[in-house]
Amino acid sequence: MSNDDYLLDVRGLKVEGWADEKWNPIVKGVDLQLKAGQVMGLIGESGAGKSTLGLAAMGFTKDGCRISGGSAMFDGIDLVKATDEEKRRLWGTQLTYVAQSAAASFNPAHRLVEQTVATTVREGISPMSAAVADAKELYAALQLPNPETIGERYPHQVSGGQLQRVMTAMAMAPRPKLIVFDEPTTALDVTTQVEVLLSMRKAVRDFNTAAIYITHDLAVVAQMADVIKVLRYGEEVEEAETRQMLAEPKEDYTRSLWSVRMLGKEPKASDDIVLEIDGVDAAYGAVKVLHDVSIKLPRGRTVSIVGESGSGKSTTARVVTGLLPPSKGEVRFNGTALPAQLGQRNKDVLRKIQMIYQMADTAMNPRQTVGEIIGRPLEFYHGLKGRAQEKRVIELLEEIDLNEDFYDRLPSELSGGQKQRICIARALAADPEVIICDEVTSALDQIVQEGILKLLMRLQKEKDIAYMFITHDIATVAAISDEIVVMNQGKVVEQGSKTEVLAPPHPEYTQLLLSSVPEMDPDWLTRIEEQRV
Amino acid sequence: MSDSAQYSAAAEVGQVRTRRSRWERTWIELKKAPFTAWIGMAIIAFYLILAVFAPLIAPHGEAEVFAVPFAPWSGEHLLGTDQIGRDIFSRLIYGARNTIGIALATTFLAFLIGGGLGLVAAINRSWLDQLISRGVDVFMAIPSLIFALMLLSIFGASAWSLIVIIALIDSTRVFRLTRAVAVNVAVMDYVEAARLRGEGLGWVMRREILPNIMPPLVAEFGLRFCFVFLTIASLSFLGVGIQPPTADWGSMVRETAQLIQFAQFDIRAAFTPLIPAAAIALITVGVNFLVDWFLQKSSGLRDVK
Repeated sequence: MSNDDYLLDVRGLKVEGWADEKWNPIVKGVDLQLKAGQVMGLIGESGAGKSTLGLAAMGFTKDGCRISGGSAMFDGIDLVKATDEEKRRLWGTQLTYVAQSAAASFNPAHRLVEQTVATTVREGISPMSAAVADAKELYAALQLPNPETIGERYPHQVSGGQLQRVMTAMAMAPRPKLIVFDEPTTALDVTTQVEVLLSMRKAVRDFNTAAIYITHDLAVVAQMADVIKVLRYGEEVEEAETRQMLAEPKEDYTRSLWSVRMLGKEPKASDDIVLEIDGVDAAYGAVKVLHDVSIKLPRGRTVSIVGESGSGKSTTARVVTGLLPPSKGEVRFNGTALPAQLGQRNKDVLRKIQMIYQMADTAMNPRQTVGEIIGRPLEFYHGLKGRAQEKRVIELLEEIDLNEDFYDRLPSELSGGQKQRICIARALAADPEVIICDEVTSALDQIVQEGILKLLMRLQKEKDIAYMFITHDIATVAAISDEIVVMNQGKVVEQGSKTEVLAPPHPEYTQLLLSSVPEMDPDWLTRIEEQRV
Repeated sequence: MSDSAQYSAAAEVGQVRTRRSRWERTWIELKKAPFTAWIGMAIIAFYLILAVFAPLIAPHGEAEVFAVPFAPWSGEHLLGTDQIGRDIFSRLIYGARNTIGIALATTFLAFLIGGGLGLVAAINRSWLDQLISRGVDVFMAIPSLIFALMLLSIFGASAWSLIVIIALIDSTRVFRLTRAVAVNVAVMDYVEAARLRGEGLGWVMRREILPNIMPPLVAEFGLRFCFVFLTIASLSFLGVGIQPPTADWGSMVRETAQLIQFAQFDIRAAFTPLIPAAAIALITVGVNFLVDWFLQKSSGLRDVK
């Protein structure tokens, strides 16, 4: 096949970023070929250089980055050598981009339709009236509600999933030859994600547009892409047709990405209840967010609370910790009712209920070293000082598979997984009976997630700690929980042991939630499409 | 899973940087400092030396009166004498000590009051925050120089009342800034984690929030120092600031102002009132140079290359 058959032909592309007073390679010479109408999935962990490559394939780099080698032929033009003026003519017309956060990418002061047609009209592709009519067609094609009038709204008046689809419409409006999707559904709830995926895939197929789809979620890319390319440390690991890649990946690294969902544990029941939430109502001001929530947490077990954003999962945690006193009901710990207010709880109760946060970055003071972070609860609760404290901190570091080299480091000198481990050690330092885990793995890469989950399970076995595990990720839930609580709009929908909840028959909402989780099967989305029509 | 994909937490590559001592890091920062920051530091160092060693450097005493008032510039009196015959050059050197000392004390006090209240308000965020914030708004609505004049005429113009009054007025600005930056830090998870641990207000203020808002506060400290300095000079010029015989630059401008009329007879004499004014201007410029560098560093903006 000659080079002319490719719409986009990237050869040996290198991108460097400026940090610590020198240029560091981010993408280290990657080839990428794409035919017209083909969809390529770029997959890899954070830091693999997938977004950087996706942008560089358009001839664009973020501030502080530069393309240092290679070529990117698009339609007979080398985007690496092209002048800004040439590139500007292609961007937004032939080459378009859909960003991860639609909410941050729209101008809040303009109506959606004005933004959708802006490039088309400015570049003179079609006059205003034709462009607006076309935008309405696109809205309909993307299955947006009220396609005739939705364009008259402002960005804040539509939901996140709708905004993401409007952004896709904006990218499709000039009928580009290539669209780059950069994690377009990562910020969305699973049930919304399915709808967005369906409409994006349909639009891309109907208009025969080539696309690069960047994501870290294998199951998602399996639905969208014809070809998958796996990246790691800025280099290509392997590339293959989607079905072939899923069926028989060649490289060990790819296989490890595939196999992380294989964690599992046998659910065990227990009657020894350590924490009980009983008939709790809670409100932020006048907005009532929890309605009669009752959850029991057995000692040494894991109860997962699942639900979409806004379902009241995190609010339940705030009630338990005392940050948000309930307006009705109570929380009992080892049989005694906890004071509703944080300030009225004694040190011993505070010690026994610990919390781990989603963003380890913001959960640690950037100005304190690891030794100070873990040492403080030791001093505060157990009165350990000086050498004894240092010794215990190092013991804790070893328990979380790190070592004393980390004692003097600042949080900024740790990787994402290491940060989360330090947060776990800080909770362990208090010697708790209950740990509330608020989405602790959702900001992490899959392999790192697996490590954290394994660590949590091992610690549970050793120390008999109960976890209240808040998450929206069903795969994690299936892996680690003993019991599952499904929440929706501030109410408990279903509650029971893992096997009960995950096996049919389900209440309607549980069914919707479970069926919306992408599976590692390239036909999954097609099946869903048929079922839901 | 194959062996090659075995996961090890400790081996996970973080951003490992060589740890350096505080002194080494400071030195590296200093080497990267722009030229203007070096000028600023040189000016401030010069003033500090003058202030500390004033009695050794000055040829005459601060309040020593000589026979000839308004003496011209000469070898004996480098910059002449003032209206009652005190050596202007010596008073200029002593002025550095008095004016800078009082300005520093005032700025520190302003930060103690404004910063402390700002932190409390940012953590509390309830009626107490409202009370302090609205109180500060009321204070800020009164023109500060006129307010200071009024308070000074009530309480008398001693050095102590000068410090306390200017510090109180300036602490409103410090409060505003501290509260604004601390509010952003107070909502971070690590502050919540500290509260859940049961930490008291003092710990949360000092150990969790304060270290994270230091850069803007340091920059504000420099700017606030300049404003306090200028306020003291203005008040002294108006006659309610630092009282004679203590030397300070504001009142020296006022006392020798009439010499400017003699420009046609003795051009050097006409410069006499301008020299303390220039001294005020110079330190303001120097401090601003230094503060600009701090602001640039703490804003996190890097030059893109």
